[in-house]
Amino acid sequence: MAQMTMIEAIREAHDVAMAADDKVVVFGEDVGFFGGVFRCTAGLQEKYGKSRCFDAPINESGIVGTAIGMAAYGLKPVIEIQFADYVYPAYDQIVSEAARLRHRSNGDFTCPLVIRMPTGGGIFGGQTHSQSPEAIFTHVSGLKVVIPSNPRDAKGLLLAAIEDPDPVIFLEPKRLYNGPFDGHHDKPIESWKKHPQGDVPEGSEIIPLGKAHVQREGVDVTVLAYGTMVYVAEAAAAETGVDAEVIDLRTLMPLDLDTIVESVKKTGRCVVVHEATRTSGFGGELMSLVQEACFYHLEAPMIRVTGWDTPYPHAQEWEYFPGPGRVGEALRKVMED
Amino acid sequence: MGSDTAPLSLNVPEPGCRPGDTPDFSDFEIPRAGEVGRPDVDTDPDAIRDMAFSIVRVLNKEGEAVGDWAGALSVEELREGLRHMMTLRTFDARMQIAQRQGKTSFYMQHLGEEAVSCAFARALQPGDMNFPTYRQAGLLIASGYPMLTMMNQIYSNAEDPLAGRQLPIMYSSKEHGFFSISGNLGTQFVQSVGWAMASAISGDTKISTGWIGDGSTAENDFHAAMVFASTYKAPVVLNIVNNQWAISTFQGIARGGVGTFAARGHGFGIASLRVDGNDYLAVHAVAKWAAERARLGHGPTLIEHVTYRAGGHSTSDDPAAYRSKQEAAAWPLGDPIERLKQHLIKIGEWSEDRHAQAEAEILDTVISVQKEAEAVGTLTGGKAPSPRDMFEGVYETMPAHLIRQRQEAGF
Ligand SMILES: Cc1ncc(C[n+]2csc(CCOP(=O)(O)OP(=O)(O)O)c2C)c(N)n1
Ligand SMILES: [Mg+2]
Repeated sequence: MAQMTMIEAIREAHDVAMAADDKVVVFGEDVGFFGGVFRCTAGLQEKYGKSRCFDAPINESGIVGTAIGMAAYGLKPVIEIQFADYVYPAYDQIVSEAARLRHRSNGDFTCPLVIRMPTGGGIFGGQTHSQSPEAIFTHVSGLKVVIPSNPRDAKGLLLAAIEDPDPVIFLEPKRLYNGPFDGHHDKPIESWKKHPQGDVPEGSEIIPLGKAHVQREGVDVTVLAYGTMVYVAEAAAAETGVDAEVIDLRTLMPLDLDTIVESVKKTGRCVVVHEATRTSGFGGELMSLVQEACFYHLEAPMIRVTGWDTPYPHAQEWEYFPGPGRVGEALRKVMED
Repeated sequence: MGSDTAPLSLNVPEPGCRPGDTPDFSDFEIPRAGEVGRPDVDTDPDAIRDMAFSIVRVLNKEGEAVGDWAGALSVEELREGLRHMMTLRTFDARMQIAQRQGKTSFYMQHLGEEAVSCAFARALQPGDMNFPTYRQAGLLIASGYPMLTMMNQIYSNAEDPLAGRQLPIMYSSKEHGFFSISGNLGTQFVQSVGWAMASAISGDTKISTGWIGDGSTAENDFHAAMVFASTYKAPVVLNIVNNQWAISTFQGIARGGVGTFAARGHGFGIASLRVDGNDYLAVHAVAKWAAERARLGHGPTLIEHVTYRAGGHSTSDDPAAYRSKQEAAAWPLGDPIERLKQHLIKIGEWSEDRHAQAEAEILDTVISVQKEAEAVGTLTGGKAPSPRDMFEGVYETMPAHLIRQRQEAGF
């Protein structure tokens, strides 16, 4: 075990995978010599050479399109989109091509590909460095969608994603890169170096896709969260005294419905939280699933706490970000009924 | 099967110089000032193909303005141009420090590239529209946009015309011919062509300009802009600012096997040329030529401004990790402010003393504007835009669900 940041854990996952399998290739904007603007691929070019880790032209559809060609050939591309906010030019390649290749060729061609991208807000990045576009990927058949919330999971889940035979969208909450963040932006910044989930196993230990993690056990209400919101939800529980069970979904597709249902049947209440905009967000899907599976166990209407349906603002970041105050209010409210 | 041929290998271009190396620009071909002539504005693109491989230059080493492209600006205009560039540089320096002091979240400067946007602005007329990137604030400075408004935007304070919604420096001013900046690279380039097409469709005489960085020419939108501009002979001037770097990535990654970025225009039959981007007179002369060409209906021009990003990419970047610290000083086209200053001194219209005095005046002005902006507020203190503002303007009329969300938010 070694204590590390999420950036270091992601870098190490690449390193382990590249050492084990020379079919793993890594590229993206500024990913080669410099090692990425967040340094998640630092040192890989030097260690594995320029044909296995290199800089790409600034063309997201080109990055994904060439990666699909490589994946179909038999390589395992692990590519970086510099910010999730810049993935849209690649959307056609992801939706119409990567996601459907196996199905439309009836297995003749497949697309084992990992598309990594920093996601989420909390860094004063304005509307083009803060978005949470997970729902535009979970809506597409054929894609897997992963979003780790800590260094240990980031490494284990990235290794699982690289081993996976299908395309995986790997969203990295950038506000968590260097430390956990509970939404209290005025408190001193915390580091992973002292956090138990910053303790990362050495080697190639995988955390399987499709398995949620119960971050905090509780009996009053189930909180479904992922990414940065896991820590916000924990803080909200601690501050309100509501004994919430906080589930870190970790993988949105495929979703660990069993863990969710088991918890909601136990607590009888459910709050869903995400940073992304509300309408047609993944929270809507979660509420439908819980309603379908747990209707007779619910003692109160479910509540969702999300980003507002506006572009992500700059100055109003903390009025937009669903912080512990708003989540705490939802916890209290769901307990009233 | 190909088994009797040697194994293939991947070609990954590398810059000539990384940290620790000695910069060497000896294979960068620079024609003498005045060497490239000025064709008529109705010249057929095919007749000037060689201009995509040379560089239009006016100012020589001695500080003289030479050749066909010289003589387009009066002494008064040149002095004003110098002032614009000095203002932009001072403005950048102050805002860079303000960001370091935590007064705002982010900043991007123009160090070394001031001539490109400052000189270009002069070639346009009221009603024309620029579709800039984040590195053309000279278009605003040179067209008289108030620095106070720029700072209010950078500080996201209560007087920010964009209501705190946008990242610092992502200005917008229709009145000053400055299209709203997007953080998504390349999108504006093709939009500039649409604006120009609209002028033609409407029978107007307005033109537009598109702007893009060397790295961003790799985006699909660059190529889309070129094909639309070519097909519809749009009255647009398409500008590539080749400052040699795209964050840590050298220009060879976007340029690939083609000799120059300007040469990309040939495949589209677009008049294409390169200009010394650190030569105020050359940038202005070429901009004027291309603008006239567009306005007279002779079609689009692709201009590659050859320059150098002397500073970091942004306040989030430290270039020491990927390029030699000596590279900026070794850049063979010099510094745009220094070159125009030397020219004015050479022709007896400026002096070191006047320059020092101008520098001091400009600094005073910028500092007093900064105080005024900070008296309103910065990102971390003073008067901020209302949180209500984030719900406004998503649509012209706020739909019911947003009204509900705004109430839920308590604003
Ligand atoms: C679509 C998109 N992809 C990636 C980015 C991240 N990014 C911001 S600036 C930049 C480099 C741009 O370089 P260049 O076009 O040469 O312009 P310069 O910064 O040198 O002026 C990158 C990759 C972005 N903003 N938008
Ligand atoms: Mg550049």
